[in-house]
Amino acid sequence: MKELTIISGKGGTGKTTVTAAFAVLAKNAILADCDVDAADLHLILTPKEISSADFIGGRGPQLDSEKCTRCGECQRLCRFDAIDFSEESGYSINEFACDCCGLCALACPEEAITMVDTINGRWFISETRAGQMVHARLGIGEDNSGKLVTLVRQQGKLIAKKEGFDLLINDGPPGIGCPVTAAITGVDLVLIVTEPTLSGMHDMERVHGLCRHFDIPALVCVNRFDLNLHNTQMIRNYCAEHNLPLVGEIPLDPIVNKAQVARLSVVEYECGLVSQVVREMWTKVKKELDL
Amino acid sequence: MIIAIASGKGGTGKTTIATNLALVAPASQYLDCDVEEPNGHLFLKPTISDKRDVTMPIPKIDDELCTYCGECAAACEFNALAVIGEKVMVFSELCHGCGACTFICPEKAISETTKVIGYLEIGKAKAVLEDELFFGHGVSNVGNPLSPPIIKKVKKLVNDDCFAILDAPPGTSCPMVQTLMGCDYCLFVTEPTPFGLNDLELAVGVARQLEIPYGILINRSDSGDSQVQEYCRREAIPILMEIPFDRDLAFAYSKGEAAVIHSQSLREGFQKLYQKIVAEVGK
Repeated sequence: MKELTIISGKGGTGKTTVTAAFAVLAKNAILADCDVDAADLHLILTPKEISSADFIGGRGPQLDSEKCTRCGECQRLCRFDAIDFSEESGYSINEFACDCCGLCALACPEEAITMVDTINGRWFISETRAGQMVHARLGIGEDNSGKLVTLVRQQGKLIAKKEGFDLLINDGPPGIGCPVTAAITGVDLVLIVTEPTLSGMHDMERVHGLCRHFDIPALVCVNRFDLNLHNTQMIRNYCAEHNLPLVGEIPLDPIVNKAQVARLSVVEYECGLVSQVVREMWTKVKKELDL
Repeated sequence: MIIAIASGKGGTGKTTIATNLALVAPASQYLDCDVEEPNGHLFLKPTISDKRDVTMPIPKIDDELCTYCGECAAACEFNALAVIGEKVMVFSELCHGCGACTFICPEKAISETTKVIGYLEIGKAKAVLEDELFFGHGVSNVGNPLSPPIIKKVKKLVNDDCFAILDAPPGTSCPMVQTLMGCDYCLFVTEPTPFGLNDLELAVGVARQLEIPYGILINRSDSGDSQVQEYCRREAIPILMEIPFDRDLAFAYSKGEAAVIHSQSLREGFQKLYQKIVAEVGK
């Protein structure tokens, strides 16, 4: 079983557009949406839920104000400025600022603070027209997105292995932080979707740096390549210098948004050259994965 | 006044809006809180006068004092410590620098050392209507998974006498929440597509929970459907500005050129946006 993750560094370059098309083209794959705090793949693949469960991301502090003697030790020690105080209601925990480290619970001399399991979101296994999909919804403003990404990937792998699928396709999150790390560690191949803008290129180089940091082979595709041909040439040069195969250049075409509004991937909606380039890209990616 | 420019979905134009607003707003500060992928400097081209490392504390074990009791590993909520036989292993990439291990160690065998996780750069950029604006950004080192401590440091650069614009990271998890906390207003930049709307609704949920007033800017406003407009009407959310798709503008963006420098009408548009934000905050 092989595993492919689609990332970009910069958001909005077309990760999910490419992932949805690959999902439809792949005949024997499981899908995982690893962008758990702004998941979008479900909007194209319109999944029917088979099962779902709470995501218990970790533990968080709970303060019993009956036991609290207002000694202030918790506030003094907290490094995240997460303990609030008011004369009327005493000490309270600001859950948005809280890092859930548990130091306040360890330190409270009255044992007024206990650590309890926290539900940070929900995850789903669903059926789609492109195959089974594992996806999740991180609670609004919740922590532990990296852990939820790991869980979504693990579940995807379990299904793929159990049911004999030969590929897991992960739609990755933007950035280079903990959810991205969780989405790429140990995968067989990463596809970086970039665009010929200074931001797109800057972020591609950083996310490529992350792939090298973890020693993961990567491919590149350029979306909206004709927006700035000079920059596209710079991306080609970068790829050549770094031995990064450039597997596709997708033109800028408003039809891509029309496909999205119709809830179809670009290989289902007639998108002309866009559809053709994405199909050719898929053939190259499959070859890289030895499928 | 502190304003966050956020979105939920990436690539909707947060940095475009934040930098152009900073270029025309009086006494503005542009602070890039998208420390994983900071891009504002590509458009503002600041002269950097100060660079500082951002560090976080990590535990250091004194082998002479350690009795391998395992209390530290049991106390760590992030599994950043493990005691195997007569060895304590510290996984610094998992550490959040909370200090629980140092606190709990009965032998006082744990002290702290610092680890560099990124850096801040501070400087000035040329503004359009005034001489200059304050520029600051945080940059997370490649391989560092933890961006909130860097975002906190960027936010310390806020000057209360200025119009501070925080360019937020995408998504709705801890880095985005860390950016929005304590802001006076949040402007969500979205696009009129199913992805734009879905992620906008999630992001609005964060502003509501944090009790921050907010409005919407629709970028590439003619490129999808009318669902975002309908959502705003239904929820009575003010739409402060709509910018249609313009290939010339997209081309200028791709080269790192700010729109307000080239387009008189956009310059006036962003000045109006500034006035609307100030009026919204005053409500």
